[in-house]
Amino acid sequence: MAAEVAIPPQHEIERAHKSRFDRAIGPLLLSPSVILLAIFVYGFIGTTIWISISNWDSAITDWSIADPWWKVYDALFHMTRFQINIRNTIVFTVFMLLFAVGLGLIFAILLDQHIPGNALFRNVFLFPYALSFVVTGVAWRWIFNPETGINVLIDTLGINWVLDKLGMGPFAPKWITDPRVIGDLGSIIPLPDIIKAQIGIPAAMIPVIIAAVWQLSGFAMAMYLSGLAAISDDVREAASLDGASMWQLYRDIIIPLLKPITISCLIILGHVSLKIFDLVYAMSGRGPGYATEVPGIFMFDKTFKVLEYNTGAAASVVMLFMVSLVIVPYLARSMKDV
Amino acid sequence: MATALGSPRKSENKKLGVGKTIGLIFLGIMLVFYLIPVYVMVVNGLKTADVVSFSRMWQLPSKLSLGGYGQAWDKLSPNVWSSVTLVVPATIISGFLGALNGYILSKWKFRGSDLLFTLMLFGMFIPYQSILIPLIKFLQSIGLYGNMAGLILVHVVYGLPFTTLIFRNYFANVPTELVEAATVDGAGLLQIFFQVMLPLSIPAFVVVGIFQFTNIWNEFLFGLTVITNPARQPITVALNNLSGSFSVEWNVVMAGAVLTALPTLLIYIVLGKYFVRGIMAGSVKG
Repeated sequence: MAAEVAIPPQHEIERAHKSRFDRAIGPLLLSPSVILLAIFVYGFIGTTIWISISNWDSAITDWSIADPWWKVYDALFHMTRFQINIRNTIVFTVFMLLFAVGLGLIFAILLDQHIPGNALFRNVFLFPYALSFVVTGVAWRWIFNPETGINVLIDTLGINWVLDKLGMGPFAPKWITDPRVIGDLGSIIPLPDIIKAQIGIPAAMIPVIIAAVWQLSGFAMAMYLSGLAAISDDVREAASLDGASMWQLYRDIIIPLLKPITISCLIILGHVSLKIFDLVYAMSGRGPGYATEVPGIFMFDKTFKVLEYNTGAAASVVMLFMVSLVIVPYLARSMKDV
Repeated sequence: MATALGSPRKSENKKLGVGKTIGLIFLGIMLVFYLIPVYVMVVNGLKTADVVSFSRMWQLPSKLSLGGYGQAWDKLSPNVWSSVTLVVPATIISGFLGALNGYILSKWKFRGSDLLFTLMLFGMFIPYQSILIPLIKFLQSIGLYGNMAGLILVHVVYGLPFTTLIFRNYFANVPTELVEAATVDGAGLLQIFFQVMLPLSIPAFVVVGIFQFTNIWNEFLFGLTVITNPARQPITVALNNLSGSFSVEWNVVMAGAVLTALPTLLIYIVLGKYFVRGIMAGSVKG
């Protein structure tokens, strides 16, 4: 699902011994993979961009360019539904990153101490990362079903009995079926007229974020644990000789030293979250009033259900653009380090 | 597996202080939270259809039954087989090609090879929605749409960036003197690859094998769109269909989720060390 991109320093090879034949055969042997990727990645992206500015909006293929060429994008960004999709993606990404990376860091720091049951904790926190998003979605869908799942547990535990005695209503959230949007940015600051979607936190998104944090926080934990293992004991000993408390040691020395890991976690998990599809599709789908719909689902719907290929293509180009904002600087930086 | 993520610090003292006790309580609460979906899936899969009711979702089954698993297996076994026939060849082919690419890109660099590698890597991060329409049209035009060979091709191609990355980083740490010595002895590029590099690269093959197996087994979008016959779709697609079907009792859905999760979970349990190594693959930079 994700891998860290890093290119270790290369040793120069003494060219003298290598024959010209061998040096020519290298690129030749590489060429099948290069040609396949050139077609399947760059060629297909180019074709998708073409489709997104074309008139192809039915079962009949139509490669002619729309007039004006940005017609589909214009319609897309004026569509309240797509605005909701983008809002959902941003809300999902921000909160998922905050909690997955935050929890990963807390887990790693705690498990870096002598805690009984260390191995058990590590393995339990990391195992969800090995599962399919579909399994995660299916399991959490039942847990956050308002008639079954967690609400039954809340009842069974007597929480609602206590609330009732205190004269408060029962705590029975509607979870993934809740159509409410919490907060409205438009009532605080003036937003551009084009924005018709309510900019707030869709309540139904919260369970999806919880499921994603469950699945992805172990990745951040594993990354931080490897970072902590690389910090030498000398650093800690020097700090404790200086009379620094544990809290100061972590706040002032160790967490700043872990900054490269934090950046890697944010980029890897952030790009997964910007293109999220499977988890939401399996767990809540569109949600009430598109409350949990993301561009990946919109694209699938437009392309394969209503055959509006140009709209589906345009939505996928927007996804690619969002992911590229995060990934391209990351790749460029990796390459510079070679 | 205890050592998979590195062992805890030795310099800390063993006595539990107040801070550590609070930490331990927090970890304990989180442990329960992380195991909730496992409990729900496993326990409800073990219930018989007549005791599966939503109001008793959290209770242990009054009598154990493997009926849920039996029914899930009946419904999903063709798709388990589909996934196996997909994952095994796709993993092997993309792994082998990745080894060759990684070897050339680390030991036989040429002008522009680093740029080429970076351009290849980009393919690992793209949202696959952005290539999906042309991909399907292309597969239709070469007669590979709707069949397993087409899906294998798709997973091989989009797996190449990852497998190339792992092998390139792995071979970069193999001493170049080995290649030099072999060239002095008159060995050519391919001879060195087969006789020197491949025997050294078992650990990289294990990491790549685990990750490709896990990624392809867990994948959903390509399985959903490239294969049209529900009986031949991969397990993740079948599980999602099962979960959305009104005619299926949900103890069967839970059992199906366990079946879907089991192969990758077993890999994680048995080869956890390599799983973590794959996550870290090359994460040594600052």
